[in-house]
Amino acid sequence: MKAICFNFEIHQPMRLKHYTFFDIGNDHYYYDDFLNDDIITRIAERSYIPAAQTLLRLINETKGKFRCSIAITGVAIEQFEQYVPEFIDLLKQLAATGKCEFVGMPYANSLASLTDPEEFAKQVEVHAAKIKEMFGVTSKVLRNTELIYSDEIAPQIAAMGYKGVMTEGAKHILGWKSPNYVYSAASAPKLKVLLRNSKLSEDIAARFNDASWSAFPLTADKYIDWIASTPAEEQIINLWMNLETFGGMQPAETGIFQFLEALPRFAEERGIEFWTPSDAISKLKPIDQLVVMHPISCIDEARDVSAWLGNKLQNEAFNKLYSVAERVRLSDDRRLKQDYWYLQGADNLYYMSTKHMADGAAHSMFSPYDTPFQAFTNFMNVLADFLVRVEEQYPSTIENEELNSLVTTIRNQNREIEQLTKECATLRKNAEQYNIEHKTREEATAKTKEPKATAPKKAPAKKKAKAE
Amino acid sequence: MKALMFGWEFPPHILGGLGTASYGLTKGMWECGDMDITFVIPKPWGDEDRSFAHIIGASQVPVCWRDVSREYVESRIGKVMSPDLYFRLRDHIYADFNYMRTNDLGCIEFSGRYPDNLLEEINNYSIMAGVVARTIDFDIIHSHDWLTYPAGIHAKQVTGKPLVIHVHATDYDRSRGNVNPTVFAIEKDGMIHADHIICVSNLTRQTVIEKYGIDPAKVTTVHNAVVPLSEELLNVECHKPKEKVVTFLGRITMQKGPEYFVEAAAKVLKANHNVRFVMAGSGDMMDKMINLVAERGIADRFHFPGFMRGKQVYEMLKASDVYIMPSVSEPFGISPLEAMQMGCPSIISKQSGCAEILDNVIKTDYWDIDAMADAINSIVSYPAMYETLREDGLKEVAQITWDKAGKKVIDIYHKVLGW
Repeated sequence: MKAICFNFEIHQPMRLKHYTFFDIGNDHYYYDDFLNDDIITRIAERSYIPAAQTLLRLINETKGKFRCSIAITGVAIEQFEQYVPEFIDLLKQLAATGKCEFVGMPYANSLASLTDPEEFAKQVEVHAAKIKEMFGVTSKVLRNTELIYSDEIAPQIAAMGYKGVMTEGAKHILGWKSPNYVYSAASAPKLKVLLRNSKLSEDIAARFNDASWSAFPLTADKYIDWIASTPAEEQIINLWMNLETFGGMQPAETGIFQFLEALPRFAEERGIEFWTPSDAISKLKPIDQLVVMHPISCIDEARDVSAWLGNKLQNEAFNKLYSVAERVRLSDDRRLKQDYWYLQGADNLYYMSTKHMADGAAHSMFSPYDTPFQAFTNFMNVLADFLVRVEEQYPSTIENEELNSLVTTIRNQNREIEQLTKECATLRKNAEQYNIEHKTREEATAKTKEPKATAPKKAPAKKKAKAE
Repeated sequence: MKALMFGWEFPPHILGGLGTASYGLTKGMWECGDMDITFVIPKPWGDEDRSFAHIIGASQVPVCWRDVSREYVESRIGKVMSPDLYFRLRDHIYADFNYMRTNDLGCIEFSGRYPDNLLEEINNYSIMAGVVARTIDFDIIHSHDWLTYPAGIHAKQVTGKPLVIHVHATDYDRSRGNVNPTVFAIEKDGMIHADHIICVSNLTRQTVIEKYGIDPAKVTTVHNAVVPLSEELLNVECHKPKEKVVTFLGRITMQKGPEYFVEAAAKVLKANHNVRFVMAGSGDMMDKMINLVAERGIADRFHFPGFMRGKQVYEMLKASDVYIMPSVSEPFGISPLEAMQMGCPSIISKQSGCAEILDNVIKTDYWDIDAMADAINSIVSYPAMYETLREDGLKEVAQITWDKAGKKVIDIYHKVLGW
């Protein structure tokens, strides 16, 4: 028994507008709405919408034998709500089939897991809540930003209640091992680890339309053959890619949609099933522990975090950004918190990479900036303004701990005041009640005492009511 | 292979980038081996580096026969030319130029600069070239910049050897489009007669093809490079002010876009007062710039130290935190590379040729003073930006060497000669 586990990532960053240093302190809106609208609408039309329709059709046609999972970031959902709401409807339909899992993610596609466990946990929690609210589903599998994972991160994920985590089948970690098994995390043995089969995933995502590739053209028949010919004891093939692969990176003219549609038929012929990540971790037992000393990811040739933290520019921006994490969490300012999430998007650091060759080409292909230096300058200008806003809320002269206790005091006092007002209100209510009761009792006693005097007494009472 | 080169400037007595580039290229070609180069310059001073090329001074080439003794020649010009060569040249005088103003040795005097009678000097230089071409044995002629094109053409006509011209700049760069018809004619004449044209950037190549109507197949780009700096220059002492220093270094002329630098400076100073601006150099727009600085009310932070030469340049670069070259049209622009060698991050205009080969610099449009101000501010405010540009810039510029450029030129020679 063999199964394919599909995961499609959907993410679009909040791209920053051109923000010069004159704007610092004057302009607190950082985003290029036009560009964001333009990009997400274009990609949705070309790729996301037809791809989701295809998935939906496959699920319905195979009566649920075809299953897949989707990883969509909170920031992407927000943009869809604003610019392409019809795509949200499609996702809702997919969720309603029960055959498409929406795995957990950090809300802002951030690198918080590398530096700030609290921020990481917060974002995962908010993302889960958003998914529950939008699609009414939950998942016990987490896919960290760009599959970032390490032994340090695993216990954090386990502590959040997740049963499984998705990461990259990085060659330098696996060595001779195969990614086609379920592993368990070395630092959190109860957490199951699923590994992306990067060769087979990229055969679709990167090489499908590469005429210089020896296997070109790739057909569903041939592809399923490759999967079927893996050793019998390797049971799970994790094919994880960007949903943009369909219709975006591989345009519709290449036949990528027909390829996707044909997969279930050929898979069935060879007895290959489709599983969601949750199916995989519930059906398979871990074969071994996986030790990952240094963080890995699915980006760049190195498959580490050098795509975001590979040079001085990136590290400077990263450290400055997370230096205020605690303070922003203390704040109640919703807009400040929202901006903080958008700024945390790993994409902002990705654009600052100074790598060369193939990696460098990938970085610059996605970047809205001409050069990494421009990306850095723009981001730092925005960040400078953001830091000023944080500073305005909490002066940097106060230490975090002191601030924490102050904020706690204020919150406690608030709570106390609230409690007291509540008490006050109930007391007042009681007193009124008492007064009313007292009055009626008095009236009643008066009635019984002076039954004859009722007629003349009524008139002044009416007058009093009118006067009031 | 033997090459005869005509040039106008040669270090250490230089007025602009032409001398530096001619020197670097010649040395780079020599380093590739099997090159015998004769370099003709208008006026040698005797302190030129002659280790890699034979230098002939045009001021020492006789065009009229004078009956002088060996001892006399030795005493007059011995420190720049051997009497043997003088007499060999004298044997090849090809016409009677006694009507011209010549000196006691029968030579025409050259200033070696850019005097008012420049066209006359260019013509004289071409007359002199006839004598040299008849005397020296060579396979190919190489003319550096338009001043020496007529000399190259003359040498080609006399000997039938192929001519390569090296376009270090065109008049379109110098004049922002309002070309001087005489200069244009000389340039175009050179390009038509040349067997191959070498341009210092793709930008210049495009100008040559589009504005001068030259067949693209005949035009090749060979980017300039830099000579590694000596330890002495790298460790030059400087006085660094407390504030950050942003420097412009070059001729203060229309071509270099100095007014954009002033406007960007005014913008930076509005938001960030911890910066000083320096416009070093001289030129016909200097007074205008001083006025503009006063008008913008930034004279307390904007300085004009005047023309700098030799070591002063490196002291200035070392004291700077940002080097800026907002040239409107720069065929190549070697100065940002020198700034990078001194570890000074550079901002250059996209309209300069060196932007084609540099990665670790900030490129803006010359007119985009907002982007320029933003870039200046970014480098002076964010240490990571400064450090990255500085360190990666040092690494990058160390790779841009003249022997690579020299190799390309030698390949072009081979192609032209059909070897």
